[in-house]
Amino acid sequence: MTDPDPIAEGSPEAEAIAHQPEPALDLVRRVLAGEHPTMTPKERMSIDRIQMVEQDAGARSANFEEVNLGLTEGLAFIEAERCLQCKKPTCIDGCPVRVNIPLFIERLRDGDMAGAADSLLSDNALPCVTGRVCPQETQCEQVCVRAKKGTPVAVGYLERYVADWAQAHPEALTHNRPAESGRTVAIVGSGPAGLTAAGELAKHGHKVTVFEAFHAPGGVLIYGIPEFRLPKDIVQAEVDRLSAEGVVIEPNSIIGKTFTVAELRERFDAIFLAVGAGLPVFMGVPGENYKGVYSANEYLTRVNLMGAWDPLNDTPVLHGQRVVVVGGGNVAMDAVRTAKRLGAAEATIVYRRGHEELPARAEEVHHAEQEGIRFEFQVAPLEVLANDERWVTGLRCQRMELGEPDASGRRRPVPIPGSEWVIDCDMVVVAIGTRSNPLLTQTTPDLHINEWGYITTDEYGMTSIPGVFAGGDIVRGAATVILAMGDGKRAAASMDSWLNGAWPPVEDESAAKATPAAMATPAAKETSAAKATPAAKETSAAAS
Amino acid sequence: MHPIVSTDQLSPNVFRLVVVAPRIAEIRRPGQFVIVRKGQGAERIPLTIADADPVAGTITLIIQSVGKSTADLVEMQPGEAITDVAGPLGSPTELIETGHAVCVGGGVGTAVILPIAQELQRRGVAVTSIIGGRSREWVILEDELRAAGDVITCTDDGSYGRPGFVTEALKDALDAGGIDAIYAVGPVPMMRAVSALTRPYGVLTMVSLNSIMLDGTGMCGGCRVSIDGETKYACVDGPEFDAQQVDFAELMDRLSTYRPYEQAAMERREACKVPALAAAADKEAASESAVPTTPTGASR
Repeated sequence: MTDPDPIAEGSPEAEAIAHQPEPALDLVRRVLAGEHPTMTPKERMSIDRIQMVEQDAGARSANFEEVNLGLTEGLAFIEAERCLQCKKPTCIDGCPVRVNIPLFIERLRDGDMAGAADSLLSDNALPCVTGRVCPQETQCEQVCVRAKKGTPVAVGYLERYVADWAQAHPEALTHNRPAESGRTVAIVGSGPAGLTAAGELAKHGHKVTVFEAFHAPGGVLIYGIPEFRLPKDIVQAEVDRLSAEGVVIEPNSIIGKTFTVAELRERFDAIFLAVGAGLPVFMGVPGENYKGVYSANEYLTRVNLMGAWDPLNDTPVLHGQRVVVVGGGNVAMDAVRTAKRLGAAEATIVYRRGHEELPARAEEVHHAEQEGIRFEFQVAPLEVLANDERWVTGLRCQRMELGEPDASGRRRPVPIPGSEWVIDCDMVVVAIGTRSNPLLTQTTPDLHINEWGYITTDEYGMTSIPGVFAGGDIVRGAATVILAMGDGKRAAASMDSWLNGAWPPVEDESAAKATPAAMATPAAKETSAAKATPAAKETSAAAS
Repeated sequence: MHPIVSTDQLSPNVFRLVVVAPRIAEIRRPGQFVIVRKGQGAERIPLTIADADPVAGTITLIIQSVGKSTADLVEMQPGEAITDVAGPLGSPTELIETGHAVCVGGGVGTAVILPIAQELQRRGVAVTSIIGGRSREWVILEDELRAAGDVITCTDDGSYGRPGFVTEALKDALDAGGIDAIYAVGPVPMMRAVSALTRPYGVLTMVSLNSIMLDGTGMCGGCRVSIDGETKYACVDGPEFDAQQVDFAELMDRLSTYRPYEQAAMERREACKVPALAAAADKEAASESAVPTTPTGASR
C-alpha cells in the first residue's frame, strides 16, 4: 500500500489489469497492493478470469520445460477473490476426489497459505499433479456457478498455486502423525490411484507398502505425462511427501511375476490393485511392425521415464522429422508435442472424428495448436508404408464423414470412397488407447474379471477376493488421472473400514440402507469365514 | 541395490556376473529373464537368467558386450552394485518330460540354453548340447553344459571340436534320429538356419527371441514379433516361440532400429575414456546435432 506503483510494465500483473473491465480495476489494484478488501458478490462478479502465465509458444516447442509457469501471488489473490463462496457449492460435487474447493480458496484469498495448503492436502494427496493435469473444464469449473454467466473460477490454477506453495514450504504444514493401527496394506501400482490410496491409508495409521513394476514410482505420471506438462521433480516431491508419512515404495516388483497376489495376501491385511491399463492398442493395419512405428506407451516411456530427450541418457529414441500421431486424447497430444520438441519439422495429429470430439483437455489442444501442431480431422489410417529397409515412409489414410451417432453418442465416422492419400512421414506413433494387462489377473485365478480383462468390484471397490480391492484404469478402463485418484480415495475409505472390522462400511443412513444390495454382490456371497476382516480374524484367534 | 558377488570373462566379449537377487533366485525358472538398469541414466536391458543359487540368493547373468550399456555392465566389479534388477520375467520354457532333447547354443545364446539343459536333465531327459563359436576362444559354458549331458562343440575355423557351424552337427543328429525336441538360442541368422533345417524333420523346435524391450511386462509393445502372422509380445507371450512360426526377417530388422544411436553412444563412450576428448564429446552430446535423426532421413 505504501508502494505507489508496484506493478512492473509487461508483468503478468500488468497484463491482468490491462484486460480487466473498468468496474473491477480499482478492486484488482487494491488486491495487488496487498489488501484483502471485503467485496460484495457483485464486485467479485465484475472481475474477469485471469490468464495462466505461459512460456512463449515458439520457445517452448523446442524445449522440455514446463509450458504453464503458474500464477504469481498477485494473480492468485485476484482469482481467489472471484470465488463467490457459494452456500451450496456445486464445484465439490464436480470433483472426483471431492476437494473442498471454496474452503481452500477462501483461505488463500485471506492470505492464510498454510491453512489453504492443509485444507487442500487433507482432501487431495497429489494436488501438484491435479492442478496441472485435471480436465477442470469438464469437472469443477464446468459446474462453477460463475460459468453460467461468463467464465468459471480458475480452480485448477488456484489448486496448483496452493499445492506448489505447500511443496516449497513443507515446514509450514500441519503434520498429524496418526497412531499406528497395526494393520498392513499392499498397494500394487504407484500411479495416481495407488499413490492416492497410499496417502489416505497412511493417514489412518496403516502400514502401507507400494509395489511398482518400474524402477521409479509414479506410474503414468512418470512414464506417460511429459516433463513440459508435469515436471518429474514435482511428482518425485509428492512421492517423497508420502514416504515421509511412512509409505514404503518397493520398485522393480512385478506382481504376477516377482510376487503373486496370493503371496501378498498372506503378508498383508488388505491389498489394493491399481496396476492401470497398461497394454498398448495398435491400429491393426498392415505395416505396423516397420521401424519407426511406436506405441504411445513406448515412445513416451523412452522420452519421459528413460529420459531419452536428453542425449546424455543411454536410452535412445527415434527423432522423426515428419511425425504422425494417430489419436485425439491427452496421450496423443503429449506424443505429438514431444515429437515437435525433439525436432520434428512437421508433427501431425490424425484423428477419425472432428475438433469438437477430441477427448483431450481443451488446454492441451490449445497449446498444441499454438506450438504449430497440424491436425487432420476425420481421417482413418489404412496402412503404414515403408522403404526397402523397412523404415516408415508414409501413412496411407482415408477421409471420413460423420454419420449417425453411435453408442457413445458421438457421430460415427464413415469412410468417403476414393478419398485415400498418403501423409509422408518417417515416424508414426499410435495413441488410440490401451487395454488391460493380464500379467496380474492371469496369475490370480480367484480374481473375477470382465470380458475385456478388467477387474470387477462391488460398490465398495472390493474384488471377488475378500480383502483385495481394486481401482483406477484396471477397473474402469483407460481414463484420467483424477478419476483414478477418486477410485483410490474411495477404495482407501472402504479398506479402512475393512481393516477396522467395520464391514460393510456404514457412512450414513443412506449407506446403511444400501447394505442389503451390497450383500448380494458376488464378493458378498463368500462364506462369512472367508469374509472375515483382519479385526474379526484376530478376535476369533484370540477366542480359540 | 544388487551387489555383484563375482565376475569372470568367458570369451573375448562375453562376461559372467553373479549378482545378489534373492527373490528372483528363489522363484526363477528356465527361460525367464530379468530387466537390468545399471544406475541413473542407464538403459533397461533384458538379460536371461543363466543360473541361480537360491541358497546364496544370487543369479548369474551372462552378458555380451555389444554396445555402451552392456560394456558399462561388464566393466562392473565385485563390491559394486547394479541399481535395478526386475523379474523374473517372461514365460518359463515349455520343456519335454521324457526322451531326447538337443540344445543348440550360438555365442552368448549358449547362456540361455544352459538352464534349459540343466532342467531337462533334472527331469530325466537325455540332453545333447551343440554349441559353437567362430573359434575356440568364443566357445562358452562347455564344462557347465557337460555336467548336464553330452556336448558337441563346433568352431567355424576348426580350431576346436568339430569344424563348421552348429547346424551341420545338428543335421547329423537329426539324421541319426530319436530327437524329441530342439531348443535353439543364438544370433538370429543361426536360429533362422536351425528353423529351416529342422522343418522337414518335423521335430519341435523352440527359439528364444531377444527383441528390444523397455518394461518387459507387455506395456510398451516394442518387443512385438510376428508369430504365424500374428503380432505377439516377446516379453510376456515369449520369449520362446515355435521356430517354424517366427518371422525372423522382421525380428532381425526390428533389432537394427537403434544401430546408428548405438554406434554414436559407443563413440561417445570411447571418447570419454580419453580425458582430453571427454569434454568435447560431452559438448557434442549436449548439442542437437549429435542426435542422429531417423535413419530414413539419410537414406532418402
